[in-house]
Amino acid sequence: MAKITLKDLRHSYLANPQTPADYALKRLDLEWRDGGAYALLGPSGCGKTTLLNIISGLLVPSHGQVLFGERDVTRLPTEARDIAQVFQFPVVYDTMSVYDNLAFPLRNRGVPEDQVDKRVRIIAEMIDLTGMLERRASGLTADGKQKISLGRGLVRENVNVIMFDEPLTVIDPHLKWLLRSKLKELHQKLGTTMIYVTHDQTEALTFADQVVVMKDGEVVQSGTPVELFEKPHHTFVGHFIGSPGMNIIPCQVSGGQVRVGENTIEVGNAGKLGTREGMFELGVRPEFTTFAKTGLPVSVAKVTDTGRNKIVDTRHGKLSIKLLVGNGAEIPSENAHLAFDAAHAQVYDNGWLAE
Amino acid sequence: MNKTVNQKAWFLVLPVVILVAFNALIPLMTVVNYSVQETFGDNTFFWSGVRWFEQILQSDRFWASLGRQLFFTFTILLIEVPLGVAIALTMPKKGPWVSVCLVLMALPLLIPYNVVGAMWNIFALPDIGLLGKLLNSIGFDYNYTRQTGDAWFTLILMDVWHWTSLVVLLAYAGLVSIPDAYFQAAKIDGASSWKIFRFIQLPKMKRVLTIAILLRFMDSFNIYTEPVVLTGGGPGNSTTLLSIDLVKIALGQFDLGPAAAMSLVYFLIILLTSWIFYTLMMRNEEQ
Repeated sequence: MAKITLKDLRHSYLANPQTPADYALKRLDLEWRDGGAYALLGPSGCGKTTLLNIISGLLVPSHGQVLFGERDVTRLPTEARDIAQVFQFPVVYDTMSVYDNLAFPLRNRGVPEDQVDKRVRIIAEMIDLTGMLERRASGLTADGKQKISLGRGLVRENVNVIMFDEPLTVIDPHLKWLLRSKLKELHQKLGTTMIYVTHDQTEALTFADQVVVMKDGEVVQSGTPVELFEKPHHTFVGHFIGSPGMNIIPCQVSGGQVRVGENTIEVGNAGKLGTREGMFELGVRPEFTTFAKTGLPVSVAKVTDTGRNKIVDTRHGKLSIKLLVGNGAEIPSENAHLAFDAAHAQVYDNGWLAE
Repeated sequence: MNKTVNQKAWFLVLPVVILVAFNALIPLMTVVNYSVQETFGDNTFFWSGVRWFEQILQSDRFWASLGRQLFFTFTILLIEVPLGVAIALTMPKKGPWVSVCLVLMALPLLIPYNVVGAMWNIFALPDIGLLGKLLNSIGFDYNYTRQTGDAWFTLILMDVWHWTSLVVLLAYAGLVSIPDAYFQAAKIDGASSWKIFRFIQLPKMKRVLTIAILLRFMDSFNIYTEPVVLTGGGPGNSTTLLSIDLVKIALGQFDLGPAAAMSLVYFLIILLTSWIFYTLMMRNEEQ
């Protein structure tokens, strides 16, 4: 087990990358502590699988280094890295029993049979496969097979990191929830570093202590779920995380004042604006937006009941601004105004949080 | 819900029924008809019951042909299937060489059977053929028209050359359909290349190999043109396979009754063997 450091990592699938657009992964510096639970979150094609393959050794990066502890493993082949990976689609050895599947990584490394047996039974117990050990792996359902893949990842002791590449894609929704909590529980029990790749924010936020949000081959923000929610560093993070996503409202900044139309808005990072002037963007989450007597005048366009609360879609001119209200709350039919929680409203300069 | 009962739907399957009737059922029934009768030249028939069947099953000639046929079929299966898999494993999975390899592999399959026979006939001639002359010049006493062993060697070599490609193409199709994740997972699990073959590639190729073996079994059991052109069944009767023998009886001696009975026995052997093989493979699959 070891800390994982990614130093000045860049990767391009082209032989001679010229412009930044040629890079699938643009300059990346990250440090992951031993035993942490991390998630790589981002839309398809953002480079998260590339990054994962670099860590697992299936790809050698064009630039930069991967360190496990103090050891440079950048050019080390997969089998020499002591890592485990669970793939998007279940990978099982069809002709073997569940038991042999779980024992496979250990037997390949010459672990004595009595230790193999001990370890297989411990892991089978953890992932609820004890009753099926003697069955043929090909006869299991998709989630059973994915559990085997998972078990093969967990069965070796002292792996540096276990990586999950969207492991719940093929699992039924009601089982997703179960497996997700299982993963969290396993992380606590085993204390191995785990990296979870997904495009599903719920999976990322429930699993990880630290979420790395990626877009177009870049890390836009790395932080705890709360940080990502309360203080997105980029409008992309604000929009990608949360349901509905953050409201992005064009605003005018002059003399340290933020205005939307004729209305002055209090923002959390007003002090950071300095002497900047002109058109910027105001980001505020629906959770921190409320109806008020005065403020930004809007008309109510649509109300969606989610059960727990209501999503109200309002219009200021042509601009859509959403807010969340409690079930019992009254929704004004006319002369509605919006107020924003100043601590959670931020100004964004060219997409990035003004700092 | 009320179901509409409309028997007119039967008319829609009528064209297919007619087609199948003319290309399979009627010819087959003709053969059945011949197999239980004695024929004479002026189209007169006499009922003979199962006599022809008894005669066939008691004839040493039939069993000898069947024995040669089985030897041929199992020998080429034993060579072509492992060889085909081995070649498929060495073929590139992506890149410009894929199409080159595929075309090269498909070439022998495109050559008409009698041309294959003629090619090998000349190629293997001991005095002027490239192969025959070469073998003799390096010290082998090779003459496929006179020596039984040499005839068999040439016959099997020809079939391997002609048909291994089919196994290669099928096995290759099976191989490229295996998702990359399996190989990545195997790497991570520390599997050796033998284990990758044994536990990933081979099981994933099982279906296509079943088809390859079935096709090669049926085709080689029916083989006629190539050996006739190459050896004509000789020297003596040493390479007279079932189909060659059948043609000799039916057209050479014009014994329609015994030939028909033999055709049916022949047909049943192929049907039965294929069915047993397929059932066994598929039952294995379900477990």
